[in-house]
Amino acid sequence: MRTVTYREAVRDALAEELARDDRVVLLGEDVSLGGVFNATPDLQARFGPDRVIDTPISELAFTGAAFGAAVRGLRPVVEIMFGDFLGLVVDTLVNQSSKYWYLTNEQTSVPLVVRSAVGAGARLGACHSQTPTSLFMGEPGLTLVAPATPADAKGLLKSAIRDDNPVVVFEHKLLYGRKGEVADGDDALVPLGRAAVRRSGADVTIVAALRAVEIALEAAETLAAEGIDAEVIDLRTLRPLDATTIAASVARTGRLVVVEEGPPTGGYAAEVVAAAVELAGPVAARRVTMPDLPIPFAPTLEDAALPSTDAVTAAVKFLTQ
Amino acid sequence: MSSEALSALPTASSDLERLYLAMLRIRIFEDAVLRLFLANQIEGTTHLCQGQEAVPVGVCDALATGDAVAATYRGHGAALALGVDATRLLAELLGRESGTNGGRGGSMNVTDHNQGLIGCFGIVGGSIAAATGAALAAQLTRDGSVAVAFFGDGAVNQAYFHECLNFAAVRALPVLFVCENNLYGEWTPMATVTAGADIAGRAAAYDMPAAKIDGNDVLAVRAAAADAAARARRGGGPTLLECLTYRHKGHSKVDPGVYRPSEEVDAWLARDPLPRLAARLDDDAVERAHDEAEAELERVLETATAAAYPAPDTPATAIKVSHDPSVRITQGHA
Repeated sequence: MRTVTYREAVRDALAEELARDDRVVLLGEDVSLGGVFNATPDLQARFGPDRVIDTPISELAFTGAAFGAAVRGLRPVVEIMFGDFLGLVVDTLVNQSSKYWYLTNEQTSVPLVVRSAVGAGARLGACHSQTPTSLFMGEPGLTLVAPATPADAKGLLKSAIRDDNPVVVFEHKLLYGRKGEVADGDDALVPLGRAAVRRSGADVTIVAALRAVEIALEAAETLAAEGIDAEVIDLRTLRPLDATTIAASVARTGRLVVVEEGPPTGGYAAEVVAAAVELAGPVAARRVTMPDLPIPFAPTLEDAALPSTDAVTAAVKFLTQ
Repeated sequence: MSSEALSALPTASSDLERLYLAMLRIRIFEDAVLRLFLANQIEGTTHLCQGQEAVPVGVCDALATGDAVAATYRGHGAALALGVDATRLLAELLGRESGTNGGRGGSMNVTDHNQGLIGCFGIVGGSIAAATGAALAAQLTRDGSVAVAFFGDGAVNQAYFHECLNFAAVRALPVLFVCENNLYGEWTPMATVTAGADIAGRAAAYDMPAAKIDGNDVLAVRAAAADAAARARRGGGPTLLECLTYRHKGHSKVDPGVYRPSEEVDAWLARDPLPRLAARLDDDAVERAHDEAEAELERVLETATAAAYPAPDTPATAIKVSHDPSVRITQGHA
């Protein structure tokens, strides 16, 4: 195990998979120079310009081409610089990639990975701060992963590349500098579809993803000091949801708070609540999300819009009182 | 040699007869689809290509085994020209289990990897990106194949067209961009919504070879496609081929095509690619082709219409399930 940043974990995952399988190629804007978030430095020097490809600023072309290459045997990884730009490739992901396995009667699957940096808090304004997971939550055939730790950033990306289906990897831009213990090679793999219990507790289940996991864990510490024992689940994969882990926890605690750095409607938080109700029976639940507004620029406004530890503790107390 | 000059050369009559039969198979297939549609035996919608047969037949005749083709929702002609089994194609249009896509895709999503057809695309322009990607795979794996994107004149105003032509040109990808310019994007005249109204001319902006071809002359189409494919295979990059053609029917089932001036329709009917090639064959050859195509169609209709629908409880997954639990956990999840 080595201590690396989330950013280095992404780079190491790409390097290991590029070295392991010559069908893996990386496409994106400025990737040869590491990209805006410096997640891909030195890869082109090591693997060459045929496998680490600097693209024009044409998300539709290079993501659409990655789909076409995937059905002809490559295993492309596409970097979409900011998650906000995923709107440009919805057609490729939703109308072509996600449906292909089923619509072709299982002739060929689409081993395509799209990575993208998401998340607010960096003062980047409404169109460089979103976490647009809800654009894809309803789409059959898509797998959505959202690592909160360096180990998951590496392990989920490696699994996504080895999986035979289209996977969108949401990386939170404020987490790139976080450090953690990370394994190498096959030992680093983290399976798609399995949540992680980050903290065990008996009184309430707090479910989160990406940076919201840190907020949930901070809230759990605050609550512990007040005698409330919170369990914290890191979803890691948003679709398919690990409903088994969620339901098992909620069946014990009877209370559920879901934290999502996104708007209140149509997000994973709603799906977590629905899964808990369907599988664990009556449950008292609250969501902590952002307001139903675009993400503002002014620091005071943006900070107020983000899910906070205080909002999570308040939601838990609403349920426990 | 220009494609016009090649087209003027004598060609062995067996070769011409083969091309004629290939176009005729498409023509009578589409006519049968229309009849089935009007009899409510084919549901939903359908997009027919009568009149445009020379484009897919000419292009596909210039291809080799292992090449990749991405076609449009008006793709029955491309499928048949590539060698997709006509019975399986019709079964797909009928939503039958024995269809190319098991009845899951329908007319607009016909796919047959065994024949190089990586898909028909229901989204205008989708075929362009798919073929660009197939060409990227060909370039990186050095398998010597080329890719073809068929698309209509309507697609040239999509971002897919401009972004992919640029991407393919800067990377010298082995791809043929084949525009089936039938002069109407859905119901709207191409020239009224296409700046410059010169599709082939757009290639110059991408420093890409291009040709504007009589798309109703199957030999001209084949010659141009052969030129382009040879260039692509030797590393010369992509080519844009604008094939001028005309659909004899409307855009789709709801469209009788009444917005087109009758003089224009008549002028194009007079340039029908089938009689033009038939004029170069002897009568016996034409008769043989018709006998063969009609006998085949009879068998196709009999088998496809008798085929079973997929059972409503057919098990299905939207993903290919991994057998490696270190990569994906699937059991017990929503």
